[in-house]
Amino acid sequence: MKLSVNGAQRDVDAPADMPLLWVLRDLLGLTGTKFGCGVAQCGACTIHLDGAPLRSCVTPVSAAVGKEITTIEGLSPDGTHPVQRAWAELDVVQCGYCQSGQIMAAAALLAAKPDPTDADIDAAMSGNICRCGTYQRIRAAVHRAAGATA
Amino acid sequence: MSSMTPTRREFLKTSALVTGGLVIAFAAPGARRFGWAEPAPSRAPFAPNAFLRVGTDDTVTVLLAHSEMGQGIWTALPMLIAEELDADWSRIKVDHAPAAPVYAHTVFGIQMTGGSTSTWSEFDRYRQAGALARALLVQAAAQRFGVTPGDCRTENGVVIAGTRRARYGELADAAAKLSAPKTVPLKDPTDWKLIGKRTRRLDTPEKITGRATFGMDVRFDGLLTAVVARGPVFGAKVKSFDATGAKAVPGVRAVVQVPTGVAVLADHFWAAKLGRDALKVDWDLGPGASLESAELRERFSKLARTRGASAARAGESGAALAKASRTIEAEYFVPYLAHATMEPPNCTVRIDKDKCEVWAGTQFQTLDQQLAAKITGFKPEQIQVHTPFLGGGFGRRANPTSDFVTEAVHVAKASGKPVKVVWTREDDLHGGYYRPAYAHRARIGLGGDGLPVAWEHTIAGQSILGGTPFEPMLVKNGIDATSVEGVSDSPYFKEIPSYRVELHSPRTEITVLWWRSVGHSHNAFVMESLIDELAHAARKDPVEYRRRLLQKHPRHLGVLDLAAEKSGWGRTLPSGRARGVAVHESFGSFAAQVAEVSMEGGRIRVHRVVCAIDCGIAVNPEAIAAQMESGIAFGLGAVLHSALHFKEGRVQESNFHDYQVLRLNEMPAVEVHIAPSTQKPGGIGEVGVPPIAPAVANAVFALTGQRLRELPLRPAKT
Repeated sequence: MKLSVNGAQRDVDAPADMPLLWVLRDLLGLTGTKFGCGVAQCGACTIHLDGAPLRSCVTPVSAAVGKEITTIEGLSPDGTHPVQRAWAELDVVQCGYCQSGQIMAAAALLAAKPDPTDADIDAAMSGNICRCGTYQRIRAAVHRAAGATA
Repeated sequence: MSSMTPTRREFLKTSALVTGGLVIAFAAPGARRFGWAEPAPSRAPFAPNAFLRVGTDDTVTVLLAHSEMGQGIWTALPMLIAEELDADWSRIKVDHAPAAPVYAHTVFGIQMTGGSTSTWSEFDRYRQAGALARALLVQAAAQRFGVTPGDCRTENGVVIAGTRRARYGELADAAAKLSAPKTVPLKDPTDWKLIGKRTRRLDTPEKITGRATFGMDVRFDGLLTAVVARGPVFGAKVKSFDATGAKAVPGVRAVVQVPTGVAVLADHFWAAKLGRDALKVDWDLGPGASLESAELRERFSKLARTRGASAARAGESGAALAKASRTIEAEYFVPYLAHATMEPPNCTVRIDKDKCEVWAGTQFQTLDQQLAAKITGFKPEQIQVHTPFLGGGFGRRANPTSDFVTEAVHVAKASGKPVKVVWTREDDLHGGYYRPAYAHRARIGLGGDGLPVAWEHTIAGQSILGGTPFEPMLVKNGIDATSVEGVSDSPYFKEIPSYRVELHSPRTEITVLWWRSVGHSHNAFVMESLIDELAHAARKDPVEYRRRLLQKHPRHLGVLDLAAEKSGWGRTLPSGRARGVAVHESFGSFAAQVAEVSMEGGRIRVHRVVCAIDCGIAVNPEAIAAQMESGIAFGLGAVLHSALHFKEGRVQESNFHDYQVLRLNEMPAVEVHIAPSTQKPGGIGEVGVPPIAPAVANAVFALTGQRLRELPLRPAKT
């Protein structure tokens, strides 16, 4: 099976119904995308498929064939995507485990809505759980990143 | 400059690493304060025994004796070293220390992270490590320059004497050959440049790019992944199993029985999970199959109405209650809770001929090491414990039984293969080690002035420490200190002539453990709700009522006043909103919170929380603010949503759809105000949790007149 991941063509030998999350993590070694629930309830596994946010833990790998997969490793070459910069400036992360998913969800939100309202952020980001409770800083960082990209 | 002589530990030596540079080490603390049966581990040959290394390339590598799990010690502990070293902050590197005696907790005597102790317990040791390194570098520079150390000053990783300058990296090898001074001076607090300064986290770059390695991310050639079938109820044992279906799954390599169940090992997680799904296991369920939530609750509540073991008492509360002008009786209840760390439990183990390596996001390196040694037959120093980042801890990874570590060691031993055991979220929520459920009952007598004159309080719930290595130290006369903390030592009792606090510690098959803020997680809810009940019964303002009772407790009073002032306590709110207040001491720090709530469609909406915190010297104010926000969010999940239920011993909740935690759309605006202080540092990681439940419950009462005495709060629709 041929996949396009972060701009590179990758060949994988996986059953068609294997979740994309485990193909990325266990077969391709891209461990930035995290396992948190396995049932699309926590958002830790969020990636982009053709630019749209997607829960990779419930997406069969076959659904990604012929599409462009972007993971946290491919969001920017050097960690300077406006969302990542805002995250650093506002000291958002704590344990950090959910933050790949948070950042991918925020980047997708800003790509679709460059200047999101609080209600937009609620709608786009409430599916991403953070047990450290970094939500207040996530909200502020999304607004900050929006200002940077505007 | 003030001088400080190291006590209870001595500077060991300095030595050159193979790579060159200066290494600062200390002898391990002499006292082993917990009484495990195991012999003291001998000095491990692989342990560098170093808290910091000054590299010839000018880097300063700080080794953490504690685990970073979000609380920010990856930044705060290096700040302590860098402050005394006058290091170039941009050249600091950080790593977790290996498991070795030298890294034992300065108070608890084992290598561990917990009890909100990392910063205060290392406040001296890490500053001394930095000060010693600085003294040696200055001495080396003085020799090179032909001046005395007194002629030298240090700044940003450079020693300067007149016009001469030398970078620390240039001096490291020479400094490593010098003998260490017996004592080193520490800076006077007025000279601090880093301590007290808002400092951004050092672990951000790797955590925003996916590069940070958590236990779940450990990979190497030949590593298999295992998923374990564990019993459906607590205490279940495997009778027999049929692995035919599991072995038919492509990628499955082995199926082995271990004490906790049956493990399926495969090339990757997905095959292991499918293999486990295809496994047929016949279980001997045992008495755990009869657990029912309603019965447990009834049992604990009944116990709370009877006399228990005495945790604290003064005067004759019975007689005083009989004479009180008014009596208030109340029963409270809190449920079993899971930690639900974002990173589910996991552990990687590789057993070789002469050693066993363990990779685990753990808060308890020493116990993991000792228990892994028992299973493998190795000596503790042959167990190498690697600590990657922890995807949340909250107490779950500080288990006296090292459950998820020992299980992985058993799987590796039984299969003969290097293996990463991964828990699913369902495994995590069903896997026990919960915050225990507790029932409280209080009878309180008020005097004519509305102030309490007698207080009888009984708590019933499982002991966390019973049966663990901590029991001899922390369970005295039938009292598990973690069950009653925050009640038995309440500051309010200093103003109450007669009181008694009693405890029942019933046993069940359910495994229990500390959950962020431990006993304070329920005791603050009950105490601060009760005080609010008394204030309203006495027709007094809740802040004013607390002030009356806390006159002799300036730090409680300080944060109470600060939170009241910053929240606009007493000022009118828009219609449909109300405030509630709570103040509580835990882990050596003092926190007060004012919550502002409304009701929306029968549900509680928390709009704003103003938090005042007095944690003594504020080492990194940015981290303190973050930990208050974090504690409030963590606590609010339990205030609004979380609870575990049992039916025929089966935990009914299975994932985040029915074990709900706080989500972003429910996060209130949190304002943190840090009280200036020169007192020694207190804890931070857990201190924000205890006041939030009573602050919200008290606000709901102020708004609706409903006194909610059970978590999660479930107001009746009005």
